[in-house]
Amino acid sequence: MPRPAASSVGRPIAVTASDSTTRSALVQFLLRLGDDRLVLGHRLSEWCGHGPILEEDIALANIALDLVGQAALLLDLAGATEDAGRDGDALAYLREAIDYRNVLLVELPKGDFAFTVVRQFLFSVAAYYQLEGIARSTQTDLAGIAAKALKETRYHVRHAGEWVIKLGDGTDESHARTQSALDGLWRYTGEMFQTDAVDAALVGAGLVPDLTTVEPRWLAQVTDVIERATLTIPAAGYMQRGGRSGRHTEHLGIMLAEMQILQRSYPGAKW
Amino acid sequence: MVAVPRDLAAIWAALDRVPDPEVPALSVVELGIVRDVAMDDQGRVTVSITPTYSGCPALQVIERDILDALAKDGWPDARLRTIYSPAWTTDWIGADARRKLEAYGIASPPSRESDDHELVPLRRRTPSVACPFCSSHATTMRSEFGSTACKALMYCEQCRQPFELFKAI
Repeated sequence: MPRPAASSVGRPIAVTASDSTTRSALVQFLLRLGDDRLVLGHRLSEWCGHGPILEEDIALANIALDLVGQAALLLDLAGATEDAGRDGDALAYLREAIDYRNVLLVELPKGDFAFTVVRQFLFSVAAYYQLEGIARSTQTDLAGIAAKALKETRYHVRHAGEWVIKLGDGTDESHARTQSALDGLWRYTGEMFQTDAVDAALVGAGLVPDLTTVEPRWLAQVTDVIERATLTIPAAGYMQRGGRSGRHTEHLGIMLAEMQILQRSYPGAKW
Repeated sequence: MVAVPRDLAAIWAALDRVPDPEVPALSVVELGIVRDVAMDDQGRVTVSITPTYSGCPALQVIERDILDALAKDGWPDARLRTIYSPAWTTDWIGADARRKLEAYGIASPPSRESDDHELVPLRRRTPSVACPFCSSHATTMRSEFGSTACKALMYCEQCRQPFELFKAI
């Protein structure tokens, strides 16, 4: 969902300078946060015109719009922080899959409706608790973006959570499909809470919350809903990873080819 | 040149004539999108605005409409500044604006106090919303997502009309 070029509005976001290590860690962190939302937003937008009922078609498109909007703000801030002449659009449309920093969870093909709402639920709950912490960041632009995204995410969690309960505690078929989605997705959830030097540099500076404090809250909320949905949390096992360092599934490249084709074919095109 | 209160009042008045493109019953001032108006020593105007939703597609139109309106009223070099904090909330929509919204056929946003504390409530406490057409409270929510990011889909059991609710955020 490309945006028209901003008119006479100047760069919307001011960047508070800090030392170069913190600065480059912040750029990486913003790419992670932005890419997660851009890729998931695009996956959700694939439902537009294909939703099982009209209300859901509209709801998924709305959530996609929120996520792509959040991604635009975060990638603009990443570009401004990086200060290398790339804005949010350049980051979205002109990077290869290997340069994307999203978790693998969000790039998997949209699957059936059960797969889509289970993934959305698993992601949105993690996003909610992480954004709560980021909204208290000492970087005020980031805190403001997070505070706004947090309110939107609250609606996303409720929407997806209610669907997980309805489908899990529904018919035999909806139950089986929802359990199957959960079983297939579970191994991709660990990556959302994986930490490295990027997080360490920013947590210490009070810029972002410690993800290890987000995980238990995520698990408690997810378990509560999964149990109410009469579903079973999959056994702990191997967790997939690689997205944060650019090692993606084959699905991302195909998705980006579609998402980026206009800017690749007509560089600099605006409308 | 020093900003005189009369100028600032005139700018606010001009902005109050700029309708929101998706909810034209209200101006961008009434919706709380315009957060601040300032004038520097050279008389150059800066209008601070905040987006309603992160992905609000109307924002670019709003930006253009504000600059056009100010240019027409004598401030051709006005600038816009986008601010993100504090995050926009429907609590900023005042009583007059709520009445206009209802008259336009959109139920006004409930207070955020009524929002459930639980993230995924077992039984959602839907706020009591009056139908903007017949004022009945026998209404049900069909979906928390509607024709635009800021609206939910409602249905009135009394007059059998679907209607939209400006949702609390």
